[in-house]
Amino acid sequence: MPYPVTSRALLAACGLLSSLFTAPVVLAGNEVNLYSARKEDLIKPLLDDFSRQTGITVNLVTGKEEALLQRLNSEGTNTPADLLLTSDAGRLVAAQKAGVLQAVKSTALDQVIPTSYRDPAGYWYGLSMRARPILYARDRVKPAELSTYEDLAAPQWKGRICLRSSDSVYNQSLVAGMIAHHGETQTEAWAKGLVANLARPPKGGDRDQIKAVAAGECDITLANTYYLGGMLASSDSAEQQAATQVAVFWPNAQSTGVHVNVSGAGVTAHARNRDQAVKLLEFLASDTAQRWYAEVNNEYPVNPAIPPSATLQAWGAFKADTLNVAKLGELNAAAVKLMDRAGWK
Amino acid sequence: MWMQRADGWSVAVIGSALLLALPVLTVFLGALHPAGEVWRHLADTVLSDYMLNSVLLMLGVGAGTLLIGVPVAWLTATCEFTGRRCFEWALLLPMAIPAYIIAYTYTGLLDFAGPVQSVLRDLFGWTRQDYVFPEVRSLPGAVLMLTLVLYPYVYLLARAAFLDQSAALLEVSRSLGAGPWRRFLSVNLPLARPALIAGVSLVQMEALADYGTVQYFGVGTFTTGIFRVWFGMDDAGAAAQLAALLLLFVFALLTFERLSRRQARFHHTSQRVQRPSRLQLTGRWRGLAVLACLLPLLLGFLIPAAQLSVWALHSAPRMLDERFLRLTGNSLGLALGAALLILLLALLLAYGRRLRPQPIVRLAVNSAALGYAVPGTVVAIGVMLPFAALDRGVDAWLRAWFGVSTGLLLSGTLAALLFAYCARFLPVALHSVEAGLSRIRPSMDDAARALGSSPRAVLWRVHVPMLRGSLLSALLLVFVDVLKELPATLILRPFNFNTLAVRTYELAADERLADSACFALAIVLAGIGPVILLSRAISHARPGHDPLS
Repeated sequence: MPYPVTSRALLAACGLLSSLFTAPVVLAGNEVNLYSARKEDLIKPLLDDFSRQTGITVNLVTGKEEALLQRLNSEGTNTPADLLLTSDAGRLVAAQKAGVLQAVKSTALDQVIPTSYRDPAGYWYGLSMRARPILYARDRVKPAELSTYEDLAAPQWKGRICLRSSDSVYNQSLVAGMIAHHGETQTEAWAKGLVANLARPPKGGDRDQIKAVAAGECDITLANTYYLGGMLASSDSAEQQAATQVAVFWPNAQSTGVHVNVSGAGVTAHARNRDQAVKLLEFLASDTAQRWYAEVNNEYPVNPAIPPSATLQAWGAFKADTLNVAKLGELNAAAVKLMDRAGWK
Repeated sequence: MWMQRADGWSVAVIGSALLLALPVLTVFLGALHPAGEVWRHLADTVLSDYMLNSVLLMLGVGAGTLLIGVPVAWLTATCEFTGRRCFEWALLLPMAIPAYIIAYTYTGLLDFAGPVQSVLRDLFGWTRQDYVFPEVRSLPGAVLMLTLVLYPYVYLLARAAFLDQSAALLEVSRSLGAGPWRRFLSVNLPLARPALIAGVSLVQMEALADYGTVQYFGVGTFTTGIFRVWFGMDDAGAAAQLAALLLLFVFALLTFERLSRRQARFHHTSQRVQRPSRLQLTGRWRGLAVLACLLPLLLGFLIPAAQLSVWALHSAPRMLDERFLRLTGNSLGLALGAALLILLLALLLAYGRRLRPQPIVRLAVNSAALGYAVPGTVVAIGVMLPFAALDRGVDAWLRAWFGVSTGLLLSGTLAALLFAYCARFLPVALHSVEAGLSRIRPSMDDAARALGSSPRAVLWRVHVPMLRGSLLSALLLVFVDVLKELPATLILRPFNFNTLAVRTYELAADERLADSACFALAIVLAGIGPVILLSRAISHARPGHDPLS
């Protein structure tokens, strides 16, 4: 054979190509197509339950919410997606603004989801809640020294705070919340004070911040509680050990409440399986699903009637910020620019 | 006149090059949208940091990969020492590890809370103020991480070039009294220049496009800036402009690279290409050679793989289920299909440019070769938008004329994903193939043509057999690149379709490193087989060996 590599290559490539040009024909059947920014592990078991109970097949693509939104946008009226699930309310607001969601009315949803965690017109519904409190080193900080997010800019915390970078959407949301409460000028002064108190430049993920506090690199940090929960249940014993050295403090109990964001979902504007999508949405807000978020990922149920898991209860009750989470999405761009100006890397 | 004549080759090359440049052209089109006052904000605050960090990252990684890749390539190609055969393929292993995974791994080991510093503190009773430990999560750290996983690109191309060099030249220099150092510096190195430049430009493009590592390390670059502006500030126009700026920069760099070696010729001038005999290293030199090869292998592969294995041991029973086999199958199938397809395209474009060196052909091929420097997500969106527009157009047309709706034909299929891989990884194969082609004398083409062969026959019967080493390198590089590719796969894949890289990322993004370790290791293991096979094939494909045996 004079040219073995390429002749085989040609054959294989042709074979592969011909088998690919069979696009998935989207027919309205007993199925529902989901674009999910929740990772597969954090949604698939629920979807399997749903399929078992209803006989409706769920097709799933996971990805980053911005990319899924872009995909939805560009597919336009032909989109196969029936439901968009994100882990940040801001993206749901952006999707609604882009016109890719439709309003649905469901008394089942309205009954269990409080108004601050859903769109008034029904374009999207929050499904689980994520809180971002202050975490502190048990041996170096007394809870009495802590009070509010605002206080973290005070000089007593100089060189004692670790933060994640401002690329993190969790920090962007938190700052957006501060802007909603205090306005840009005051928030910028606060952010500058916070940056001046850092023990080291912002870097790493939420778990890294918690580990840094445990190891003594700094004394306090801001992190979502489910990361602490994940570390407590980790198969890495060093992570478990670190998590036990850190405790949760619920700030702003006397004022605005703890910063929360929701993961939620909305039915797409051109959904071919609208009824099935609403059914799935209702299932994701049902009591069993609400308990599941808490048990599996230490997220708080949006339905106040559902008690949180044992791990969550051990961290104590808290007052959540009642600001409508849609506001966080609207102020996100302002928050990012403000963090740039404040030198929050 | 643009072209002497519009023949089949020019049309095929320009056509496929433009098609492949589609994603990049989409970015430029997007950049035409007027951006808000974001630019003023960027210029006032972070733009200078982005530029400085990107340039330093690019230069640092370029220098680092040369510093590691060239010596070990020269040692394994021209010398004989303990373990040489093993090092030949083992030195390629780090490229199977996704950059962000090595970044996570080293952070776990070396940061303040990690085992290394904790042991030091316990041992000496130090506290935070008592000692200075270099910070991993920093710009130098990012340079180091990327260097460790990217040096194999330089090594692979440099080694192929060194193996290709004729014994005659080296014998001449030896008879003129040049020692090994002198031969390395004044014969081997200058002759290998096209391969080295090809390797370094690949590495630098990949470093510029990196998102995972720099983002995790808190180093603001152009790439992190693009996403920040796009998603954080919700300004797609300004993001596209940032991406276009990055592209122009790379385009200028590539053009400069081509101009700089325009006059030089690197092909063999002698008829006889003999296998040079290897330089037998002994004593101190042997020890140094082994050390030089062991160090990058240790840092780039053994240590991170050991850490991943420790994690995987704990998590494997929970994480491995029946889905694992399907994931592996998907990953391997995609990587192999894409690698073969891309190799064919690269061969077409590289040979087309050799055959028709007109400015318009050159420009078309150059613009098709930009995709590697763009963050994968940007390429993916650049594929998604035109494909969706095409789907919408076809659908509207058919509905208007025949009353049938086709829905989405290409969007959300593996075909779209494969196209994105082609657009993104073509440069990898192209650089390797072109570096190989540049070492074949044009008089070979002339001789074959004079004997009555068509251009196509010259390609298949003369070039391809001679290029076997370069083609296999290209195949290997693209295979491993697709195996670990994340952003385009994540955005463009069909329903219910996952790969090892997607699974690894999902767990790592949830900061469940221990759980993601099994899948990261699976990527590495899936990459090892082809690495060994192809590395052997490349050694056997060098001149002096009958490629047909």
